[in-house]
Amino acid sequence: MDDYNFAYLDEQTKRMVRRAILKGLAVPGYQVPFASREMPMPYGWGTGGVQVSASVMTPDDVVKVIDQGADDTTNAVSIRKFFQKTADVAVTEHTGEATVIQTRHRVPEELLTENQILVYQVPIPEPLRFLEPRETETRKMHALEEYGLMHVKLYEDIAKHGAIATAYAYPVKVEDRYVMDPSPIPKFDNPKLESECIQLFGAGREQRIYALPPYTKVVSLDFEDYPFDPSKADHPCALCGCTNSYLDEVIVDDDGGRMFVCSDTDYCESRRKRGFTGPQFPLAGEAA
Amino acid sequence: MSVTPLLEVQDLTKTYNGRIGCQNVSFRLYPGEVMGIVGESGSGKSTLLNCMAGHLAPDSGKVLFDTRVDGPRDTLAMSEPERRMLGRTDWAFVHQNPRDGLRMRISAGGNVGERLMAVGARHYGTIRDAAGDWLERVEIATDRIDDRPAQFSGGMQQRLQIARNLVSGPRLVFMDEPTGGLDVSVQARLLDLLRGLVRTMGLSAIIVTHDLAVVRLLADRLMVMKSGDVVETGLTDQVLDDPQHGYTQLLVSSVLQV
Repeated sequence: MDDYNFAYLDEQTKRMVRRAILKGLAVPGYQVPFASREMPMPYGWGTGGVQVSASVMTPDDVVKVIDQGADDTTNAVSIRKFFQKTADVAVTEHTGEATVIQTRHRVPEELLTENQILVYQVPIPEPLRFLEPRETETRKMHALEEYGLMHVKLYEDIAKHGAIATAYAYPVKVEDRYVMDPSPIPKFDNPKLESECIQLFGAGREQRIYALPPYTKVVSLDFEDYPFDPSKADHPCALCGCTNSYLDEVIVDDDGGRMFVCSDTDYCESRRKRGFTGPQFPLAGEAA
Repeated sequence: MSVTPLLEVQDLTKTYNGRIGCQNVSFRLYPGEVMGIVGESGSGKSTLLNCMAGHLAPDSGKVLFDTRVDGPRDTLAMSEPERRMLGRTDWAFVHQNPRDGLRMRISAGGNVGERLMAVGARHYGTIRDAAGDWLERVEIATDRIDDRPAQFSGGMQQRLQIARNLVSGPRLVFMDEPTGGLDVSVQARLLDLLRGLVRTMGLSAIIVTHDLAVVRLLADRLMVMKSGDVVETGLTDQVLDDPQHGYTQLLVSSVLQV
């Protein structure tokens, strides 16, 4: 434990990251550049999120890490172990108990509170990247609030697919000012961006931090005649029977068999503990 | 009675590291008027056009535009947001190469609708109707609305670029060699279309070209440039039929006759 400074990063680095976070909170949705550090994991594994988490973490914090809603996937397990080793903090899988939650591609189903910080791992912070490749130009567009191009993308979706086909990383407008990429969360999670908790977004490779303070107005972009629709698979969870959670489709055999289960593993488990069951629970060959 | 000019250029000068791009250009463009700028390659016509349209910063001079709200204002002294706003509402710029003016990876409808969305249109049906309407006006079949410009011929791309520019109802159009790179029959069709649009919409336009036939058809007035200087101005027919300056005489006599 003495081999590492608390939470791996040195104190000066944490100060630098905190300054970027504060600026991001002061200007919601604005991408603040910061001097991202090399982390002992590859880019794309959440280096940005880890730096943000490390900078806001205190020894009293309880940390939860999720990857696509699950606590037990490679990415989540390795980052959780990383903080156990370098910060010696308590960890949990229960959303309600955690004070710092680092997430990749999901917002927990359970509503978050003012005592919690949600840290997103962001691969590409720039919502206009694939529409306008020049960073000099996109910065100007953000500065001058020229966001017509974002709607051109949604127009193309409708023209091609008959509906807004963007299903994840769905662009939002923050406090009627900045257009922001909410990281690749499903658009089902977009309404949950208006939250009581602090939400921080860290992009390590791209060296950007942005933030949503509690109770910030976040509106998903749409057309008047094609309103935003936070859709999900039209099934109940096969294990816990929940009808309003985000579902993963799981292929169970090579004969077209499939089941839909909650992507938030902690949410699904806690529901089952409280006695809720779905059509396929308990699974065949497994004791209840 | 005096009419306020839509655009007034005063002593516009642009140099590139001491070399003259264009110098001391002054003229007025009145509402509904089409001005042609002709001259050989390197005579400074494109430099002048880009300076007026705000793409290049001139060394000195003024470009006064009669804005809808505040009357004549120097666009060079405007703030960047104001100038860019002007660039996508009251102004339009038709590039010589349609690839410079179009988004090649976005459908024809999206290309035409972009300007509408840029000024706040948020109703898909309305945007699509306007796009379809404009494709028809530039003689592109409406069933090609979802095709990408890359699937269009050169002439269609150029017409699409014009539709994309005119959809917001601009008052001033800058055109840089709009017919360059097109074969003669396609050129003729495009010119016919442009002439119709300019007349029906009451557009003012500045057309840079080296093709005298283009200005003969479209332009009311003509400005002849050589080595960065304006050497002759006047009514188009007057300049072409009775050129006074030696260079203009050379230019007019160089046109190939079939």
